[in-house]
Amino acid sequence: MAEHLLEIHGLHVEYVTDEEEIIHAVNGLDLTLDKGQNLGLVGETGAGKTTLALSILHLLPKKVGRITQGQIHLDGVDITNATEEDMRLLRGSTVSMIFQDPMTSLNPVLPVGEQITEVIALHRKDLTKSEVEDRLDDLLKMVGIPPERKHDYPHQFSGGMKQRIVIAIALACEPKLLLADEPTTALDVTIQAQVLELMRELKEQIDTAMVLITHDLGVVAENCDHVAIMYAGEIIEMGTVTDIFEQDRHHPYTVGLFGAIPDMTKEERRLHPIGGLMADPANLPKGCKFAPRCPQCTERCEREPPVIYTRSGHSIRCHLFDERGEPADG
Amino acid sequence: MADTILEVRNLKKYFPTSAGLLHAVDDVSFTLERGTTLGVVGESGCGKSTLGRVVLRLLEATSGQVLFEGQDVMQLGKQQMRMMRRRMQMIFQDPYASINPRMSVSEIIADPLKVNRLCKSRAEMDERVHELMDTVGLSERFVSSYPHELDGGRRQRIGIARSLAVNPEFIVCDEPVSALDVSIQAQILNLMMDLQEQMGLTYIFITHDMSVVKHISNEIMVMYMGKCVEKTSSKELFANPLHPYTVALLDAIPVPNCSRRGKPRRVLSGEVTNPIEPKPGCRFAPRCPYATEACTSGDIPLREVSPSHYVACVLK
Repeated sequence: MAEHLLEIHGLHVEYVTDEEEIIHAVNGLDLTLDKGQNLGLVGETGAGKTTLALSILHLLPKKVGRITQGQIHLDGVDITNATEEDMRLLRGSTVSMIFQDPMTSLNPVLPVGEQITEVIALHRKDLTKSEVEDRLDDLLKMVGIPPERKHDYPHQFSGGMKQRIVIAIALACEPKLLLADEPTTALDVTIQAQVLELMRELKEQIDTAMVLITHDLGVVAENCDHVAIMYAGEIIEMGTVTDIFEQDRHHPYTVGLFGAIPDMTKEERRLHPIGGLMADPANLPKGCKFAPRCPQCTERCEREPPVIYTRSGHSIRCHLFDERGEPADG
Repeated sequence: MADTILEVRNLKKYFPTSAGLLHAVDDVSFTLERGTTLGVVGESGCGKSTLGRVVLRLLEATSGQVLFEGQDVMQLGKQQMRMMRRRMQMIFQDPYASINPRMSVSEIIADPLKVNRLCKSRAEMDERVHELMDTVGLSERFVSSYPHELDGGRRQRIGIARSLAVNPEFIVCDEPVSALDVSIQAQILNLMMDLQEQMGLTYIFITHDMSVVKHISNEIMVMYMGKCVEKTSSKELFANPLHPYTVALLDAIPVPNCSRRGKPRRVLSGEVTNPIEPKPGCRFAPRCPYATEACTSGDIPLREVSPSHYVACVLK
């Protein structure tokens, strides 16, 4: 039990809108992550990826979002009902998050150096002022920013550099778990390559586990060991990168996702989009949530939600695969 | 055989800033054949959107010519320009920001018809709106919906229907699928290619996504800090990229399979800086691993190194 760094069981998260409508953002999600592991969490807009990360940190919008069922264990401690005070001690030290948009996740009126030392000073009360300053310089060097720029404000940095500063803040206390929510989506490809390279190096140095949230399958293939694919608040397929990228047993949604990306190696005129739209989280299908868009949908899929079928660590939530994880007949 | 619809000659667009002149588009020339697609790729700030806007004269060029079927768009009077706009249209990046949230779907699509007085009666206009919605794959039931009720993909379909309303021949598409999820992106790309085939449309397709641009373009132009650094057919560019920047750009794309795992990537150092009063020579030189003195000593022209393959690099 205690060997897993993060353990999530049957997590349900809901948002309540002004019209009292209930949005089912995360629906019975199970996830475990070990120390130092590297998980890519893939899905399209509205799949519930960010909601999952915010639930772990207890950062769901107050009064609107809430965890209705399930447990979250972090580093052996049940944090499902942790108080705000407890969470403050964990955030930044045990678990930290990198947000998508570096332009909005930094405080525009504080020099970047102060924003980094804030985290260190809060969690490392044992350090003296000059030790904190030294740590700041080390961190800036680590992410490739000259320490003499610590007195500059966010607007004086480019997008890529701002994201480096956000990374420095997230890693300031060497957290055991890093949640990176689309950390490079707002960046150009050559800068994305730089930032991902940096994150890979740092991760190795401080042995942090990471959940990399992204919609880009390419980013996952190169940076993660394990992959979870989310659809409508559920993980519909999970396995190692080899399982997902090299094997041919897949959830129909995963197949659709791969089919929709223009293949750089092939000459093909038409793309193969997934028909229809993302399931409406206020009004989810009764059976399999992907059923209305699935080309292989059967009557059973519309009626009963599939359970997870696992074979040698590769799990798929689909009726096409029976208990042993083999494609079912008929 | 060649039916040239658009010819751009030495186009420049400089913006005055407090720090000096910003060379957003600096001496770009190309020709575009009817019914084909020119992909314009580059990273943010390379001038690709400015280029699109200057070609449509949404921004006035600093100098240079844009010849649409031999007629210089820059010299047209107000009335002539209004007529010209029916023939050249634009599709914008952000379907959330480029349509009026207070107008219904039918009002948005009918707007260009009204402005250009293209329909004689209300009934004719309604019919045309329905026809356009059908063309772009928008179900009739959305006719009185408002943009906020629709998802990004459908909103982009509205944007496309609006630009098609005036029966244009040429459309500048500025990152039309960047704001969309991959499964929806594929739907819109298919739609745009179908429309091109059916109506013989000519596109300038501006994007930062190399896999999208490869898919949709006949020819590709790579831009860096306002300059065209390489231009050739889509096939040739991906098979045989010559400019070090193009190579780096292609190299930086994460590929969705395991082939690149564990292999160190040659990461380009440095970042794009503002092209304010740029120094002579290659603008990529400060980041280029092969840069020599020759690169910064003088301007480097675009040269044809093999048939229809143009590169601006001293090494090639």
